[in-house]
Amino acid sequence: MSTKINVTVNGVQYSHFVEPRLLLVSYLRDVLHLTGTHVGCDTSNCGACTIHVNGKATKCCTLLAVQADGCNITTIEGLSNNGELHPLQEGFNECHGLQCGFCTPGMIMTAADLLQHNPQPSEADIRHALDGNFCRCTGYHNIVKSVQYAAQKMKEKEVVH
Amino acid sequence: MIPAAFEYEKVKTVDEALAALSDSDTKILAGGHSLIPAMKLRLNRPAKLVDIGGITALKDIKEQDGEIVIGAAATHADIMYHNLIKKHLPLFAEGAATIGDLQVRNHGTIGGSLAHADPAADWPAMVLAADAVIELKSSNGRRRIPATEFFTGLFSTALQPNEIITEIRIPVPPDGTKSTYQKFVQPASRFALAACAVMRFTDGRTNIAFTGVAENAFRDGGAEQAIAGKALDDASIKAAVNAALQGVSVLGDHYASVPYRMHLAKVYLKKALHKVGA
Repeated sequence: MSTKINVTVNGVQYSHFVEPRLLLVSYLRDVLHLTGTHVGCDTSNCGACTIHVNGKATKCCTLLAVQADGCNITTIEGLSNNGELHPLQEGFNECHGLQCGFCTPGMIMTAADLLQHNPQPSEADIRHALDGNFCRCTGYHNIVKSVQYAAQKMKEKEVVH
Repeated sequence: MIPAAFEYEKVKTVDEALAALSDSDTKILAGGHSLIPAMKLRLNRPAKLVDIGGITALKDIKEQDGEIVIGAAATHADIMYHNLIKKHLPLFAEGAATIGDLQVRNHGTIGGSLAHADPAADWPAMVLAADAVIELKSSNGRRRIPATEFFTGLFSTALQPNEIITEIRIPVPPDGTKSTYQKFVQPASRFALAACAVMRFTDGRTNIAFTGVAENAFRDGGAEQAIAGKALDDASIKAAVNAALQGVSVLGDHYASVPYRMHLAKVYLKKALHKVGA
């Protein structure tokens, strides 16, 4: 039995009939072909599948697509603005915050949630917020620096405005 | 991993949820952060899910008649960031911040955690220490049950198959009440290998609850009696720690043997009592 869902993903509205057991990550990757969101552990441990659902960081391997009906979703593909990188994307680039890059989309989406609640996080705040995101290259040091870079950049932008 | 097929119904009200629960082999879906992983592993394969995530009334957090009332579908993050909680129930804000990780806190709910009753979950110890009452509804009506009577065993509670948790009600602690949640974290899962919630009232009454230690979270009457009415100093804290866990069947697993877990629980009780006594 299929259930109809309406979702907005990166500003675009979609409507599909889906099986209730379809995971949101499978919907994004296999139906919408938004493959920037990765499947790592598939057990809600690693955080590679982190996206935003109504602005909140979410491990979408642990959400059914039907639960997201009516929601506003942002994936890594929707973070940049007309080709201008989000400060976090810029930070990961500038501070060498990635090695193999598999965990990067999830790291960035989780860090974006942190910066919404805490625009000037300490190093300890950043490490606590990224508890649920694993980097198997173990590049955590530069990931923290990348988030600090983004926080600084966002603060400067605010001052300009 | 893909769950076995199931029927899905999204409901708008508690009454609709209760009506849907009359079907056998139906499970309530709240945040889904325990249920969906279990279904993906096919440890659980309900025929039908009733999604209560759209019932906004179940997400309310409010103060009413001297109580803090937390809707069962409030997420860990909702509770942790809420000003009423920060002001009146800092125990809940402190403890919620230790649950899982940021993403899990955004979706997991207090009602789901209590209903699931994982032996190492955090909310059970906190609601026990805070003298919470859990409100349950069924098509026959409503009942309120003290947290001390709710947890009955491993993943087992007083919740009946035709009931859902609607609210958690906590008497507003009087000014001067001190509390803390001290937890030894399993580093991968963030569940408690042992944790202790303490609420110390100005009259010397001290509520002490453990999770992660036995088949279900529990209040430790022996430790509470040992410390009740006494000033919190090294000697009284030592007496409470010695009195703790009497008659408790402590769990052992490959993360922590029985003697090690017992030791951890006592160390975390000691830390908690020192913190509320500071």
